[in-house]
Amino acid sequence: MNTASFFENFLPALFALLLAMDLLLAVSSRLLHCIRLVAFQGLIIGLIPLAMWQWTTPPHTELIVIAGLNIALKCALIPYLLARTMRSAHVCRELEPLVGYGTSLLIVLAAAAFSFFFCRELPLPGENVSFLAAPVAFTTILTGLFLIVSRKKAITQAIGFLTFENGITAFGAGMALEYGLVVELGILLDVFVLVFVMGIAVFRISREFQHIDSDRLNTLGDWSGDDENEAEMKGEN
Amino acid sequence: MMESFDLFGVLLWFTGFAAALLLSPLLGGIINKVKAFFAGRKGPRILQLYYDIAKLLKKGSIRSTTSGGLVSVFPLLNVTALLTASLLLPFSFAVSPFSFEGDLLLFLYLLGFGRVITTLGALDTGSSFEGMGASRELQFSVLAELAFLGIAAFLVIETKTYTLSAMLTGSHAGLHILAELCAAFALFIVLLVESCRVPFDDPETHLELTMIHEAMVLDNGGPGLAFIHYGAGLKLWMLSTFLVSMVLPGCSFYASPWIGLILQIGSIFCVAVLIGILESTTARYRFLKVPQMLLAAFAFSAVALLLLIFQGVK
Repeated sequence: MNTASFFENFLPALFALLLAMDLLLAVSSRLLHCIRLVAFQGLIIGLIPLAMWQWTTPPHTELIVIAGLNIALKCALIPYLLARTMRSAHVCRELEPLVGYGTSLLIVLAAAAFSFFFCRELPLPGENVSFLAAPVAFTTILTGLFLIVSRKKAITQAIGFLTFENGITAFGAGMALEYGLVVELGILLDVFVLVFVMGIAVFRISREFQHIDSDRLNTLGDWSGDDENEAEMKGEN
Repeated sequence: MMESFDLFGVLLWFTGFAAALLLSPLLGGIINKVKAFFAGRKGPRILQLYYDIAKLLKKGSIRSTTSGGLVSVFPLLNVTALLTASLLLPFSFAVSPFSFEGDLLLFLYLLGFGRVITTLGALDTGSSFEGMGASRELQFSVLAELAFLGIAAFLVIETKTYTLSAMLTGSHAGLHILAELCAAFALFIVLLVESCRVPFDDPETHLELTMIHEAMVLDNGGPGLAFIHYGAGLKLWMLSTFLVSMVLPGCSFYASPWIGLILQIGSIFCVAVLIGILESTTARYRFLKVPQMLLAAFAFSAVALLLLIFQGVK
């Protein structure tokens, strides 16, 4: 295989891998596995701008810096933080998701079909933009949203948020949108702080209540008025 | 019949067909040899299945008094369905002389017929044990057929023909590499579940908790069991032919058609070795996991379809 066709196939392969990660995220129940999948997604998203760059001109420092930061943060630091939180909260599985894994897979597939159909009419901004970029990015966004609403554990919801964010970054990178260094760094900092805060919150919740099922926290509110549940929660403490 | 009668192509196809009939019991031997190699054993002879079949054919068979007779006929019916279906496959990358427009559906339904007759035969024994096997087989085959239909739809859209031979021998390789890979992976999963190999079913074990296919044929012996063994080998050979023809380019690609024949048979043996390696390195899935894995096969075929349908839109 000559180098030109290799690079031509490299970008679609990255997007296809991203799609595969979405489908795997929908079916995997082990949290560590989910975290690794999101980390791998981060790696792919860091590589996309590098794969799209025409390497005829001298290396673009800004591009490499952004890609390096993206990979370091999303593929190493954030997964490390999530894994640490997971261990300190003593959870390793999403045991009872609101939507079963088989159904989740079908829903993500339907989301993929919808995204492909939806992005059919979108005009591609450039010559070297892959036709897969927009639909796969939309699928990733929808998968992230779906994970947030369909899983109970706070960590899985954080993973859903990261997937969602990965989708947005994939859309920007895949469409060759240039934000500039400062904006990229701002977004990265945002995500980092959010995961950091979430980690602390998950740790605190698990220390107080021996579980991190976020839907059961609803009973804490004043508005619920469900005294029995509240009594139950206090009893658990 | 084909419109332009091509004697050489027909000869080539019949050579491939004969090879399928003669060599298909060899696949089980290869898989067992690979597994024995990984376990550090010597393992049974590579031709063991031929000896087994020859021995079983000489024996008589008995059937339980509760059965209505189907139990002694179904192995033969199953092999007949498989042989009829294999007439439609493009052996040695040559278009089958028996192919016609729309034979893809006949192929799928003949495979389905073989399965239904096997489960009916299992129910006919009147043993609750075999009923359990039949129930499991049908439960998983629903999902496996879904994935297989996805792959079939992918091939139809890709090659724009309903003829099985034509769609498998067409020069489609290289056009949609990603979609092809997804479809091939889905087909490999379907191949494993259809031929009852390890991640889904273990042909070696006779443990009631894990058996699917073996539970259905427990009451068979003698010639019936020989036909069951032969049918299993033939089915594996047919599905491997399907997979290999889908992945490798058609016969016009090779310098000599005979190279295509040798290449196809060699690739089928490679599939057997791959299955052997997989069986030595992975454990059986829990029952709850099996439908998920089959849904994953369907997901892969659906992704292949999506990639294919939307690839042309730039």
